[in-house]
Amino acid sequence: MAGWLARQRYLVDFAVAGLRRQRARHASLLLVYTLLVFVLASVVMLASALRREAAFMLKDTPDVVLQGLRMGRHEMSRAADLERLRGLRGTQAAQGRLWGYLFDSASGANYTLQVPPPGSAPALAVGQTVVGEGVARLRRLSAGAPLFLVSPSGIFLNLKVQAVLPAGTALVSSDLVLLSEADFRRFFQLADDEYTDIVLRVRNPSEVAKVAQKAGIALRQHRVITRDDVRRTYEAVFSWREGLLLALLSGAVLAFAILAFDKASGLSAQERRDIGILKAIGWDTGDILRMKLWEATLIAGTACAAGVLLAYVHVFFFSAPLIEPVLKGWSTLYPRFVLTPEVDGLQLTTLALLCVLPYLAAVVVPVWRAAAADPDAAMR
Amino acid sequence: MKAAALPPPPHRGSSQALLLLAWLALAGAAALMHALLGRADGVARRQAAQELVQTLQLTDLAWFTEARYTRHLSQADLHTPFQDGPAALEHFPAGALVGPVRPMQDAGFAPAAR
Repeated sequence: MAGWLARQRYLVDFAVAGLRRQRARHASLLLVYTLLVFVLASVVMLASALRREAAFMLKDTPDVVLQGLRMGRHEMSRAADLERLRGLRGTQAAQGRLWGYLFDSASGANYTLQVPPPGSAPALAVGQTVVGEGVARLRRLSAGAPLFLVSPSGIFLNLKVQAVLPAGTALVSSDLVLLSEADFRRFFQLADDEYTDIVLRVRNPSEVAKVAQKAGIALRQHRVITRDDVRRTYEAVFSWREGLLLALLSGAVLAFAILAFDKASGLSAQERRDIGILKAIGWDTGDILRMKLWEATLIAGTACAAGVLLAYVHVFFFSAPLIEPVLKGWSTLYPRFVLTPEVDGLQLTTLALLCVLPYLAAVVVPVWRAAAADPDAAMR
Repeated sequence: MKAAALPPPPHRGSSQALLLLAWLALAGAAALMHALLGRADGVARRQAAQELVQTLQLTDLAWFTEARYTRHLSQADLHTPFQDGPAALEHFPAGALVGPVRPMQDAGFAPAAR
């Protein structure tokens, strides 16, 4: 065992010496390799972290949401619709929600104005509001500051900020402006019996699908959205987006694959001569192959490890600022969220195997061919 | 008393490779420790968000605020991305990142009674 280890160490010594002889070439390959792994790992880590956060945060969304539709577009629900649902067997509670969008020309951002359900915190009186961290950041608000909003119909709202929602909830609350029901109805000119949509709480979780079906029959002009539908939406979003980003990177991946394959498989005349000299002085083919594999492993392994570590810092320390412009789009208000760092061993192993093995495979064949050739011919 | 001088860097290639491996392993261990230590904060943060979702009956992440159908992905009807006209193309950047949900409901209405 000690002999074997010593032998491998000498092979690594020779491999490192070989890397040093063509420093610029190997350094550039290492840099590009690291960059590619960094980008791929950042996308994978970010999507995976967001998926986990969303799955956790959206675990307690309403059991069933009913949304009025006319000609396939949203329409307000009425108190009469609410009453029809209250009598449904299996329904623990039925409540009308009041929420809507406002484009704030002062900041150029879209806000979501919402009324907290009756009896829940925060309890807001007329003229009071609680805002999300994104709204507070854009409008430079803090507790006690005034917030002025103007509706599209010209109605003016003068609110006093009671509190800013915790920054840790930014992913679900960044653009929220919570206000009293009276303020909301006056601002959007809603009648007393109008609601944005209706939410149902179901007594028995295993009966949600049945209650949803009965609610859909009771209110034909309403669209039924269950908690499972919400979960599936976000699973689809994250899978799609992660796949889309990775597909966009496929050009870079392919370019790197061509570069790496070209460098690994096309041995230069100098490298062939070196292998020929080694054969001539007594190295056997196996040792030459091992030495070259160590060389490739040092490059690929270092690039993989460095790329993944940089990606970890990029995503969990700095919230992925390099990918943010892709995700942000035209949003003026973008949540400042901090992701919970997690290390997924399976993902990292998969990434490592995908990054390292193809490169090693590309090295083996040409080296074996050169090592198996006549040393005299190789040296000429 | 002279301060102890730092040991000279190793000359042997394999020693240098081992040193690099040790540094990478140390950085990896630091990342793992950071992930483990950050778990408690993460749990607290998620719980606060979960309570807010439960209290306010929220359904969506406040992520893409550029358009109403990208803000509430699970609540958006199927027509809004094409709101400007029957032949209008969906044009918000977030729309390119948000794939279609499968299975889609028939024309956005509730499923028919069976």
